[in-house]
Amino acid sequence: MLDNLVGHYDYYFLAALTVIGFYGMLAKRNLVKKLIGMTILQTSIILFWLVGAYKAGGSVPIYDERLGVADPGLYVNPLPHTLMLTAIVVAVVTLGVAFALIVAIHRAYDTLDEEELLERMR
Amino acid sequence: MIIANLPALIPLTYLVAALLIPLAGAWRPPLAPALALAGASAGVVLALAGLVQVAASGPLSYEMGGWPPPGGIEFVLDGLSAFVVAVVAVVGLATLAHGRCTARAQTPGRVVPFLSASMIFLTGLTGMVLTGDLFNLYVFLEISSLAAYALLAVGSRQAPLSTFRYLVMGTAGASFYLFGLAFLYLETGTLNMADMGRILTLVDDRSPVIMGLTFMGVGMALKMALFPLHGWLPDAYTDASSASTSLVAPLGTKVAAYVLLRLFFFVLEPEYARGLPLVTAVGYLGIAGIVWGSVMAILQPELKRMLAYSSVSQVGYIAAGIGLASPLGLIAAVLHILNHAFMKACLFLVAGNLRSRRGHSDIPWFDQSLRRAMPWSMAAFAAAALSMIGIPPLAGFFSKWYLALAALEQANWMLLAALVASSLLNAVYFFRVLERMYLLPAPEGAGAPPAPIEEGEVPASMLVPTLVLAGGLLALGLGNAWLVTHLIRPMLPAGL
Repeated sequence: MLDNLVGHYDYYFLAALTVIGFYGMLAKRNLVKKLIGMTILQTSIILFWLVGAYKAGGSVPIYDERLGVADPGLYVNPLPHTLMLTAIVVAVVTLGVAFALIVAIHRAYDTLDEEELLERMR
Repeated sequence: MIIANLPALIPLTYLVAALLIPLAGAWRPPLAPALALAGASAGVVLALAGLVQVAASGPLSYEMGGWPPPGGIEFVLDGLSAFVVAVVAVVGLATLAHGRCTARAQTPGRVVPFLSASMIFLTGLTGMVLTGDLFNLYVFLEISSLAAYALLAVGSRQAPLSTFRYLVMGTAGASFYLFGLAFLYLETGTLNMADMGRILTLVDDRSPVIMGLTFMGVGMALKMALFPLHGWLPDAYTDASSASTSLVAPLGTKVAAYVLLRLFFFVLEPEYARGLPLVTAVGYLGIAGIVWGSVMAILQPELKRMLAYSSVSQVGYIAAGIGLASPLGLIAAVLHILNHAFMKACLFLVAGNLRSRRGHSDIPWFDQSLRRAMPWSMAAFAAAALSMIGIPPLAGFFSKWYLALAALEQANWMLLAALVASSLLNAVYFFRVLERMYLLPAPEGAGAPPAPIEEGEVPASMLVPTLVLAGGLLALGLGNAWLVTHLIRPMLPAGL
């Protein structure tokens, strides 16, 4: 049990982060807090990819003469890092669109609280 | 020469059009709609050329940047993707031809951004369909979703809020897809679809694979509005402007359904997929959605909202076909992607026609005067409505027929009962509208609807796309045997 916890503490941390983000998206009434939850969820998934790419004792994935290329185990996996660069860009763009929508909502209703919005929509 | 590059050319055409439209709009505003139509028409020509090419001489593959797969990103035009791309291109052209008129009337001053965002939306959808790389699919998914958010946020006062909800749900869906993909990537070390399918059969430890597939499935179910994850759809489609709804509604959910189909039966070996409870679960959620969407559609007093709930029900047919995991079930699912795209586009175009002439689409205000004033629009509505119910010579009947055959083959009585019930419920909610349009005399005095904005039928530029789609329903219905034998059966994976 303890071994499992110590060996995989990063995954437990990420699981907690995912749940916190998801909870924020679903349960928070304020729209900006929902977005904070959404960002936490996206970040936890990006970190999950990066943790998966990690190798104990692996070097940065840049060619090093002392390490050579014979053993790929000496470098961490570079592909998830490049993929997650794209994912970060996507997350930022989504956040930008979401903020544009929030500005439009605030202009129309003068509030960002979900309950109050429902009330004012009637 | 050009044929070999088709898989990459189709999304690229839309992307180039999306970039040129704002430039043209800034220079000579009337040029923008013409450019959008030219881009969409070029897309149709390329997509149909691809369909013919694949039917004649097999799948095409394009290596992005000259990097060979599985390391590089591959764009694949095979039977299924060529078919779905053709559906997206044709329906996209018809709704854009209509949408440029409704956008000019309902959202003046925003025609150029509308056209540009539509083109980005189509870039994303065609890219999702054509790519042979699972991470690339995520990127195109987000491109199409972001364009859809921009399109749907313009409309009534509530539109930004409804779109915000869609954005939160949609981003959760895309994030789940990415999360699930991480499991598959860490297990197989590849992102290429063909390569992953091959490696997955060799993986002994199935639990991470199942976990990944489940997350990807849930993500796509959110995007395709599969019951009970459909909460975002009715509001988002109702509050948006007519032009945006008629473009996003027929295509957005269908392409997400295509991704599920591709993932379950083309990335995985069909034998592998058939053993997964996940696939069966998708089928049962589809059945629940078929009934729930139809019941909710009956309760809606507004035409666009009714059509939105009916979309939830129609997506259920596709999911049910996927869930059966048999050749007939897949034929039904693929055929319904085509039929429903045509039917829903036609119905939403008529709703747009109504709004542009009457200023509303509230069913309690419909009466006989509509038929007198707009005979052709109403005829198109009647044709699409009958097709939705499933009256034989029209296209909608045949996808239901194949689904019923597939259900009988596996003795799935629950699906058969849901099919019959939903057809009857469809009849209830469409005949309710048709009765008012064709038979109810116009009320006098206090109960009368607001005066029309403009008398008479809509102009030809809006009527032609509506009628083309309605005529297409008849043509697809009559030609369905040919479609199934020549296009859909050959695309099914071996070993199904």
